[in-house]
Amino acid sequence: MELRIALAGNPNSGKSTLFNGLTGSNQYVGNWPGVTVEKKDGTYKKDKSLKLIDLPGIYSLSPYTLEEVVSRNYLLKESPDAIINVVDASNIERNLYLTTQLAELGIPVIIALNMMDVVRKNGDQINIKALKEGLGCEIVEISALKGENVDHLMDVAKKVAEDHKKTGVITHAHEFNEEVESYIRQIEDNVQALRDNKNHRWYAIKLFESDPKIEDKINVTSEEKEFIKKLQEDADNKLDDDGEGIITDARYEFVTNITHMNVKKAKEGMTASDKIDRIVTNRVLALPIFAGIMFLVYFITIKVLGTPMSDWVNDVFVAEILQGNAGAWMDSAGVAPWLASLVNDGIIGGVGAVLGFLPLIVVLFILLAILEDVGYMSRIAFILDRIFRKFGLSGKSFIPVLIGTGCSVPGIMATRTIENDQDRRLTIIVSSFMPCSAKTEIIALFAGSVFTGRWWFGPLCYFAGIAAVIVSGIIIKKTSIFAGDPAPFVMELPQYHFPSYRNVIRSTYDRSKAFVIKAGTIILLAALGVWLLQNISVDFEFHTFDQHSKDSILSVIGKFFSPIFIPLGFGNWIATVASALGLVAKEVVVGTMGVLSGIGEVGSGDANAIALATRLFTPASAMAFMIFNQLNVPCFAALGAIRTEMNSAKWTWFTVIYQTVFAYTIALMVYQFSSLALGGAFTVWTGVAFVVLLAYIYLLFIKKPKSSKRKVKEEAALQE
Amino acid sequence: MLTLRDAVVGRNYKVKRLHGEGRVKKRIMDMGLTKGTPIFIRKVAPLGDPIQITVRGYELSLRKDDADLVEILEVAE
Repeated sequence: MELRIALAGNPNSGKSTLFNGLTGSNQYVGNWPGVTVEKKDGTYKKDKSLKLIDLPGIYSLSPYTLEEVVSRNYLLKESPDAIINVVDASNIERNLYLTTQLAELGIPVIIALNMMDVVRKNGDQINIKALKEGLGCEIVEISALKGENVDHLMDVAKKVAEDHKKTGVITHAHEFNEEVESYIRQIEDNVQALRDNKNHRWYAIKLFESDPKIEDKINVTSEEKEFIKKLQEDADNKLDDDGEGIITDARYEFVTNITHMNVKKAKEGMTASDKIDRIVTNRVLALPIFAGIMFLVYFITIKVLGTPMSDWVNDVFVAEILQGNAGAWMDSAGVAPWLASLVNDGIIGGVGAVLGFLPLIVVLFILLAILEDVGYMSRIAFILDRIFRKFGLSGKSFIPVLIGTGCSVPGIMATRTIENDQDRRLTIIVSSFMPCSAKTEIIALFAGSVFTGRWWFGPLCYFAGIAAVIVSGIIIKKTSIFAGDPAPFVMELPQYHFPSYRNVIRSTYDRSKAFVIKAGTIILLAALGVWLLQNISVDFEFHTFDQHSKDSILSVIGKFFSPIFIPLGFGNWIATVASALGLVAKEVVVGTMGVLSGIGEVGSGDANAIALATRLFTPASAMAFMIFNQLNVPCFAALGAIRTEMNSAKWTWFTVIYQTVFAYTIALMVYQFSSLALGGAFTVWTGVAFVVLLAYIYLLFIKKPKSSKRKVKEEAALQE
Repeated sequence: MLTLRDAVVGRNYKVKRLHGEGRVKKRIMDMGLTKGTPIFIRKVAPLGDPIQITVRGYELSLRKDDADLVEILEVAE
């Protein structure tokens, strides 16, 4: 007989560690339908009949956060056979608060009292037997990290679930103070629909709390509603709080009593974690320490490990080994040149682009997983919250933006660590505005040609990137899709602890896999599409791009569209096609300009390239070209990453459109205003640029609208 | 009215009552800041906001704007 067991518990309770330990490799990571909350399920590796569902880490079953509503809907609708409630024994009071809510759902609850090794080491005493009686559920002492007693936990869970299936009896015992109990009883007795509902107590409590998601799920007549309202008014008079507040108080009162009676702390005072925290988030030292850690993350990811490994994959593994051998083999087999080119440049090149990013991403994910597991991630939010929330981002947005200066793909993937949906989406949209290492090739070309001797050009691009992040943050946060009540910033700062290698590996593996599958599909399709446009002429004949670039479909389309860029100062087809190919990878922009102008593949330092850039661009148009390419959709690989992280086609499109419009309008202003400043004439387009400027100023300073379309929609989605 | 926003670092307080409503109030209460709960003000973030407090044996950080909803009483040492 198959049994379904849900794992529920607070964030940082060790739930993921337990889940990873129980399932090993038998787990599947996906998303809960319709929302971006991660869903994990698997089977117990020692007994395949036990299915495990890892619910999101939550503090409560309130109706206010996605994670809580997802958990609650699952538990009520799918009613699993048992809940294993993971409780951090070293932080038992707040953890048991959730337990009181889980125990009311009519599903047997088994408490996995985790981190017992820490409790024992501290010399704290927990009276398990009394706790068990008070809560009315089985308690198993475990250490998920060390794997202590977890098999016993599963035996108990299996037995409890089986017994409940046979008898249908639930033994949970906790009761609130008499006053609150009498209100609950009155609702249970007077609401008809609760009479034969097996979860009558839970629903009665929710009705007393005026839970907005419950009232329409259960049939309550208008008289009954009136009755409940009277009870709430009576309670408000006596206890000076609304229903929700009274129940929360009562839960904590119960939990405080039971823990004070049964948990004896050996010593109060500073733990090792407190001492570390005193230094790490110290008023003076916090920022330097943070800067140091960020430097290390950046340095290891971009300079030391990630980039050299990615270069090796690109240049040696893909170019020499795969493409070299495949090319030689196809040559000797007499494969048609177009097919050979399609296989080598299109397919293998596309797959290679995905593989090439992998080392960079794996290294970054390992480092991020360590920072998360150690407990430093939430400190970053604590330290930086004040600056970042001013432009609508979270303190954790710093890492994606920083990593973005190396490469947008891992930068976007780093948004994984931001819990708040709105903050995460916004960070994804803005994190690619920084000049990544591929974009520096374009900076180098102009710094060495049009802007020779002007040292400020390079730094200016970085400042432009920072300004773009800030301006976009402020503007987008004001649109109706992002507006509405900000989520309260009330965040636990967990105890520091050594990272678990299993958690780090697991999280790195899952996240990298998501990149390969989701981003990989987009990158490969894009590579094939571009190969087609580049190498097929308008007469549908095959030419390689290097030899016949002018006849390719891409060039013809480029010529057609190039007038669009006249207001930006680079309306020539070479710059247009180079920008378009920049979507494949920004590295190819400079080379493409060389190919198109007939001087062949060039690097940014070549004398030919410098001559070409000086011929094609003025300082004003070079600046506009740079800004356009820097702010525009970074590349297909980044687009793949955006798709993975947004987990929604709608949001991916929003990002693409926003970035394109933003890049175009900013580049327009840059060109028009600098032309004007350098003595150019005032044209229609200068006027347009001024209108655009006014529009930006307006967007920056209007008040934020109050209602939120998105919130309403998301709530509607959660109803079902 | 004394609120958690004005609390002094290093001192002990007790929650008197919670203001506001809906998700913000519920979230603060869910984290254990209910009537009568003792709290210790641990520190203020390097840039002056948010604050960090010890409540029910763990560390919690909250923005001053949210802390303003928590009315507190000073506890004599």
